[in-house]
Amino acid sequence: MAKITFITTDKEAITLEASSGSVMQLAVDNDVPGIDGDCGGVCSCATCHVHVKPEHMEKTGEASEIENDMLELDDNVNEYSRLCCQLEVSDALDGLELQVAERD
Amino acid sequence: MSQNFSKDQICIVIGASHAGVNFAFSLRKEGWEGRIILFDKDPVFPYHRPPLSKAYLTSNDAIEKNLLKSAESYEKAGIELQLGITVSNIHEHDKCITLTNGTSYKYDQLVMAVGARPIIPPINGLDTANNVFALRTATDVEKIKQSLTQSTQKRVVVIGGGYIGLETAASLKKLGATVTVLEREARILARVTAPEMSDFFEKLHGDNEVSVLTNKNVIEVAHHKNINEVVCADGARYSADIIIVGVGIHVNLELAKQANLEIENGIKVDETAKAKEAIYAIGDCTFHYNPHYGRFIRLESVQNAVDQSKTAAAAICGKHPVYNSIPWFWSDQYDVKLQMVGLSTGYNKVLVRKEIGETTKFSIWYFKDQELLAVDAVNNAKAYVLGTKFIKNRNLIDQEKLVNPNAEFKALNLVQS
Ligand SMILES: Cc1cc2nc3c(=O)[nH]c(=O)nc-3n(C[C@H](O)[C@H](O)[C@H](O)COP(=O)(O)OP(=O)(O)OC[C@H]3O[C@@H](n4cnc5c(N)ncnc54)[C@H](O)[C@@H]3O)c2cc1C
Ligand code: FES
Repeated sequence: MAKITFITTDKEAITLEASSGSVMQLAVDNDVPGIDGDCGGVCSCATCHVHVKPEHMEKTGEASEIENDMLELDDNVNEYSRLCCQLEVSDALDGLELQVAERD
Repeated sequence: MSQNFSKDQICIVIGASHAGVNFAFSLRKEGWEGRIILFDKDPVFPYHRPPLSKAYLTSNDAIEKNLLKSAESYEKAGIELQLGITVSNIHEHDKCITLTNGTSYKYDQLVMAVGARPIIPPINGLDTANNVFALRTATDVEKIKQSLTQSTQKRVVVIGGGYIGLETAASLKKLGATVTVLEREARILARVTAPEMSDFFEKLHGDNEVSVLTNKNVIEVAHHKNINEVVCADGARYSADIIIVGVGIHVNLELAKQANLEIENGIKVDETAKAKEAIYAIGDCTFHYNPHYGRFIRLESVQNAVDQSKTAAAAICGKHPVYNSIPWFWSDQYDVKLQMVGLSTGYNKVLVRKEIGETTKFSIWYFKDQELLAVDAVNNAKAYVLGTKFIKNRNLIDQEKLVNPNAEFKALNLVQS
């Protein structure tokens, strides 16, 4: 079981629990605003952009090349950016805090 | 307060797929307080369609892993979902619809998100052949999987070498089938890509032991002792335990005709997705204007369904949005990811950007003279992203640098001032 907290663009904190699936799916299933997941989680749409809390970067590991390239679609990209459909929920993510990226 | 925000108003949506579902949630977000009722004849809880020919076909996942929204989300947003129910009539003068079971519903705003259905071509014997499937719904996938499991020889013939046919071929191969794709044109993906891309995918399938045959016009399906034989105009015959038909779609237009909507390669809508007073249309079923390319188009993509649904929702809530998106699309076959942006129609020059030391990573750039129209990127999200930005900004590209693999692949380097 992992507890994951999303901070919305309105600064609301939403903490959710899951044991499997992608972080994007968790967010969509629970209506976290700003996470749309239009492509269903195949790294094709970049509508699941989050900023990982800097101290938590180790929990999430590295983004793949394609994910990093796709992030560049969004002007709000920074070194903490991830597409959360590429994050699989596991115990390693317990306590993770993610800021939902502003949309252009 | 606008009358649209009244609690007494009813918005009815016909079709609960990518367009209809996204529309319903956007409408709520825009502040609509009245009822929102979604009807769909598909009894399955609304799901993502793209995985049907890709990951969903090859996995053992239940469709519940592919839902557009969770059941709780509809409940929380107060969106009424009526599944397994077909809308049979629109009475536009009375502003009401009728279901096949005879029930009528009044509406204040009606949204047609009726999409499309697969074309079943008039090929002799196709309608009476065994194990013939199209691929549009989750139920189609269940049937295909079931008949594949039951088949001992697992010989599959796919009629049509478009994206859906090719993705299905790749997925069924992965499931252990022997797959032959028959394409009528001289190359696969002929309508949508440059010859370079067709060649790449033909080879990719060949390398994966799927035979892709072109110039194969299927004229008959013959039956011999419970086995189908697919017969082509050139006399070639292919035994098939399973036949997949992937030759394109027909827009669902019957209801639009009843409502006297203007039809032209789809339901014609204005820049706000409006078809006529109190009736909107969104997604695959629309023929709409694209301001960037300056012409009316019909698209079959998630991007179009989602973006147009947002436009219609804003318009119904009294805003004046203009639908103005650069189309994008993707296709996954084997471990190749194809991403496309823009519309290549009308191109007069194709440039291929290769990457040093890579054989399955490249991009194809479609130009009309100096204007970049579209990019197809294979395993190359960077090309896709650059292309998206260049097209949006109407950047002038240094074409020599673009095709030079030693020239750094970044915007600063490629855009001419
Ligand atoms: C196998 C497959 C793979 C695809 N892959 C991709 C991809 O990789 N990328 C991409 O961008 N796009 C892809 N697409 C296209 C994408 O799925 C469509 O563009 C999208 O589904 C369009 O959404 P829509 O809501 O407009 O129409 P549809 O999805 O066609 O939905 C229309 C709905 O309306 C319902 N309906 C119609 N008439 C009635 C009626 N009278 N009463 C009640 N209900 C009715 C239908 O049952 C249907 O559920 C793929 C499509 C398929 C089939
Ligand atoms: S859901 Fe589309 S990129 Fe993450």
